[in-house]
Amino acid sequence: MKNLVILGAGTAGTMMANHLVRVLPPEKWQITIVDQYKTHYYQPGFLFLPFDLYKPKQVKKKGKKFIPKGVRYINEKIERIFPDENRVELESQELSYDILIIATGSKIYPEEVEGMKGPMWHKNIFDFYTYEGALALRNYLREWQGGKLVVHISEMPIKCPVAPLEFAFLADDYFKRKGMRDKVDITFVTPLDGAFTKPRATKALHYLLETKHIKEVPNFDIERVDYEHNKIIDYADREVEYDLLVTVPPNLGDAVIERSGMGDDMNYVPTDKATLQSKAYENVFVIGDASNLPASKAGSVAHFEAEILTENIQRYIKGQPLKKEFDGHANCFIETGGGKALLIDFNYTHEPVEGTFPLPGVGPLTLLKESRTNHLGKLAFRWIYWNLLLPGRHIPLVTATMSEAGKHFETKES
Amino acid sequence: MEKVIANIPVKVNEQGYLLDFSQWNEDIARELAREKGIVLTDEHWRIIRYLQEKHKADEPLSIRGIKKSGIIPIKEFYRLFPGGPLKVASLIAGIPKPKSCL
Ligand SMILES: Cc1cc2nc3c(=O)[nH]c(=O)nc-3n(C[C@H](O)[C@H](O)[C@H](O)COP(=O)(O)OP(=O)(O)OC[C@H]3O[C@@H](n4cnc5c(N)ncnc54)[C@H](O)[C@@H]3O)c2cc1C
Repeated sequence: MKNLVILGAGTAGTMMANHLVRVLPPEKWQITIVDQYKTHYYQPGFLFLPFDLYKPKQVKKKGKKFIPKGVRYINEKIERIFPDENRVELESQELSYDILIIATGSKIYPEEVEGMKGPMWHKNIFDFYTYEGALALRNYLREWQGGKLVVHISEMPIKCPVAPLEFAFLADDYFKRKGMRDKVDITFVTPLDGAFTKPRATKALHYLLETKHIKEVPNFDIERVDYEHNKIIDYADREVEYDLLVTVPPNLGDAVIERSGMGDDMNYVPTDKATLQSKAYENVFVIGDASNLPASKAGSVAHFEAEILTENIQRYIKGQPLKKEFDGHANCFIETGGGKALLIDFNYTHEPVEGTFPLPGVGPLTLLKESRTNHLGKLAFRWIYWNLLLPGRHIPLVTATMSEAGKHFETKES
Repeated sequence: MEKVIANIPVKVNEQGYLLDFSQWNEDIARELAREKGIVLTDEHWRIIRYLQEKHKADEPLSIRGIKKSGIIPIKEFYRLFPGGPLKVASLIAGIPKPKSCL
């Protein structure tokens, strides 16, 4: 009996378990999946939780529900991977493997910025990238009387890079609905050149910041949070004051990658960007946010990767050359507030494009333009996530590599 | 877009980043630095080489990576390449602007 071990039962790991159980003969392969938590969180929902748009039970479910029969599910912390010995150490046991899939994701490390995770953490400094953070922020916002709201990105890359901007848009909407928009000053602080950095997206979207009266502070590389005087300070000694700081702390790969000596500077595993095989070990594959691919860290990317990785695992087992197919395809909805959203679609080499995108049951969605249907698309994504994405069902019409149909292309750097 | 830098025509994008690293040389770097008001010292060159190595190895560049590598304290990095050190240093090094999304 051979062993295939999947580390992490988040979006990517769960999808892989569902895909592989269908294609690997059970008499030859034992599939095992490990995660420290019994709960599976729908992370895209963390964006809506602070504004009371989603309820806690819509964003968390029992992980076990999504692990298929025939797959061994272990709830334990992964202590260390020994890739030279093909084994993994968990809290109370050891697993040996023939093939390893790393899907341990990416998470926030507020302790990486001086003063961030100090006495004011979750008091007037919040994250919304964790369930706990989003919930604490919801409770705080319910009572907040207004003042300076600073929405802040510590450093790139972060998962779902548009989420902080969406947060600012939804905040604008939320305070309008509560009749207190005039009491709130919203500033968006980013280490990038601007809120939108791809030229095409900037051209198409900058008006959104203007019409919503959101100020922009670009090129801000944070050095520390001065929590006693409520301001953030960058390496060039610039200061931005806040009453309420909503920050996205540094996103790094899980510490287990560092402990195992398998990561880069950010604890991401160096991975071949077309085949998803790790660069250092041929029987180790990486999927989702845990890899160092120059693609977006998004659930939609993990979905596209899963199809290609399933194929490549089968090829690897048969000793065939791996398919070099992954093109960095990503698409994401951007909530713009007021019941509207826009959708962008891009890959390693193409800028976000205008045009249309098919989503089953919702219809053609417009790319790069605000619309109500896109907002419905984003809401539908939650249903799709739990019912199609995690179980590894094919989403009709949506292909792993980027399709050029219906889109107005302009190649990058032209 | 084409731009003549240090008497050599090179391909650049609209933000001035070189599109083809094989066209880069030290004269071009000096000229690009001059446009940013920087005179390159040994310390600058050490950082430029480091960034080029990382780029060749397909490793994404970030302030964090620089910090963690211990190659230079971040405050010092700012002093050498004022106004967004990673962006400015990458431009001079002839490599793409550090990746970000959207
Ligand atoms: C606020 C927010 C909004 C987002 N919005 C969108 C969106 O609109 N669209 C979109 O496509 N994506 C979105 N994303 C991104 C998406 O959620 C992630 O890209 C996706 O979940 C990545 O899947 P993954 O399996 O790689 O990682 P995860 O889903 O994070 O799974 C990693 C798993 O590994 C486990 N693990 C890690 N280390 C260990 C260890 N040492 N021991 C045991 N278990 C371990 C974790 O417990 C976790 O369950 C959003 C993310 C956030 C935070």
